[in-house]
Amino acid sequence: MKILVPFKSVPDPNDATSAGAAVSAPKSVINPFDEIAIEEALRIRERGEATEIAGVTIGAPAVDEQIRAALAMGIDRAIRIDDSRALDPYAVARILRAAVAKETPHVVIMGKQAVDDDSNQVGQMLAGLLSWPQATFVSKIEFLDTKTRARCTRETDAGLEVVEVNLPAIITTDLRLNEPRYVSLPGLIKARRKPIEVLTCDQLGVTVRPLTTVLSVARPAKRAAGTRVESVEELVTKLKQEAKVL
Amino acid sequence: MAESLILIEHDREQVKRPALHAITLARQLGGEYALLVLGHGLDGIAASLVSYGASAVVVADDPALAEPLADRYATVIAEAARGCGAKTILGTSSTFSKDVLPRAAALLDAPMVTDVVDIEEMDGSISYRRPINAGSMFAMVKMEGDCRVLTVRATAFEPPAADAAPCPIKRFHLDAASLPNGIQFISREERTSDRPDLTEARVVVSGGRPLKDKETFERLVGGLADALGGAIGATRAAVDAGMAPNDYQIGQTGKIEWYIAIGISGAIQHLAGIKDSRIIVAINKDPDAPIFQMATYALVGDLYQIVPQLIESIRQA
Repeated sequence: MKILVPFKSVPDPNDATSAGAAVSAPKSVINPFDEIAIEEALRIRERGEATEIAGVTIGAPAVDEQIRAALAMGIDRAIRIDDSRALDPYAVARILRAAVAKETPHVVIMGKQAVDDDSNQVGQMLAGLLSWPQATFVSKIEFLDTKTRARCTRETDAGLEVVEVNLPAIITTDLRLNEPRYVSLPGLIKARRKPIEVLTCDQLGVTVRPLTTVLSVARPAKRAAGTRVESVEELVTKLKQEAKVL
Repeated sequence: MAESLILIEHDREQVKRPALHAITLARQLGGEYALLVLGHGLDGIAASLVSYGASAVVVADDPALAEPLADRYATVIAEAARGCGAKTILGTSSTFSKDVLPRAAALLDAPMVTDVVDIEEMDGSISYRRPINAGSMFAMVKMEGDCRVLTVRATAFEPPAADAAPCPIKRFHLDAASLPNGIQFISREERTSDRPDLTEARVVVSGGRPLKDKETFERLVGGLADALGGAIGATRAAVDAGMAPNDYQIGQTGKIEWYIAIGISGAIQHLAGIKDSRIIVAINKDPDAPIFQMATYALVGDLYQIVPQLIESIRQA
């Protein structure tokens, strides 16, 4: 079985100085949900259920750093689609469709959303474009019936839901699927010898133009701190008389 | 014909109230709008939707749609959107609409914007405001093309009035045999709680790691929630520590009117998830906890003393 893991470089969400701001050169990392997808692919291969894991990302040469990190975690090889435009989720999904057509994986595992953009669209759009089944927000994956189907536990607003999808399928990962491993030194050394294939959209035969454009980004108005109350009694009085919620 | 088509989520018995808030955005966008409901055995749900000023309630009712399977639902949504010539397809942000609507958008060859909280009209074109980076920033987004898909944050839009003359209910004719069949529903973990759903409650009582264990969490957080008729929430740390189930985690639902945080210091993602609440009450022993910077009412002290007292005073009130 072959697994394709699309992943995105994002500003490090744990780096408070770079959180969303146009600060000069914020540190980039693999989108944490995609890192979970990579980890899951590695575990599936370690269980003997997959033989090959390819990664694919879209970006300028600067994202090679995150590609090396993915290779160092243990994926076998990677493709970078050389496109440095500000793409929207639908454009990304259309480019990934071309990558899927080239790679013909049995399953695509990817993060449910990127933590910079928070759109939560690409996996579902890719599944729609390919007419493949999808399982989103997944916290458990098992392969069944000689790997023709996957049983997935999904985290929904109403609680956990279990579905089975026929393969090939798109699976998007939620936080609790696993805890990604740290990159080891031998992993880093091995990663240097692993291939990164660079392709353009032209070479993939795909022409896309983003249909959504971000016009501006701003910090929200700060919520003002309220009143410090000294006792339960005072709190209850305020909730009754001021907030009128009791 | 309808300018907008609004996907209405339900729990098989009734409409999910936050789903109705997307109607308010459709009214702001202008033009006629239709409501779309998918499932099986929908007569009561459809009847409850006729007074929201829509041009029609479109009902796709079939055993094949009994469970919200994304491949089938997206196919029907896209067909219904084409059928009524909708330019905008809307839903309220939830795991349901986030599962099916992006897929429908791809089938419609349409771009999508998630989590709209506001719109602005500039030079005759509309741009959409949405949170990014876990709510720490807001982006203004412009969309091109003939058709678009939006999800809205329920708290950002008022619930619509149900005071219009009843509209017709139109059956959507579908050929069940031609629907995709790649996803099979197996099971759903049934919730046994009598408490309201986190996404629908007026008040949410939420606890963090200092609650120690499941029993303490239930006694204090659950006890206060029951005294107020509210729902229970939890931080990621409390969920990971096994004090509360996964689906209680306060994330980016952003749908809470009144939020009570017990023993929560306020990680950035947590604060982003609650900052749109009208009233935030925070109880924490650390006076420097970040959550106090956005709490409407801050009470510094030992939650083991404060919460039982609070439960008692609310019961007596």
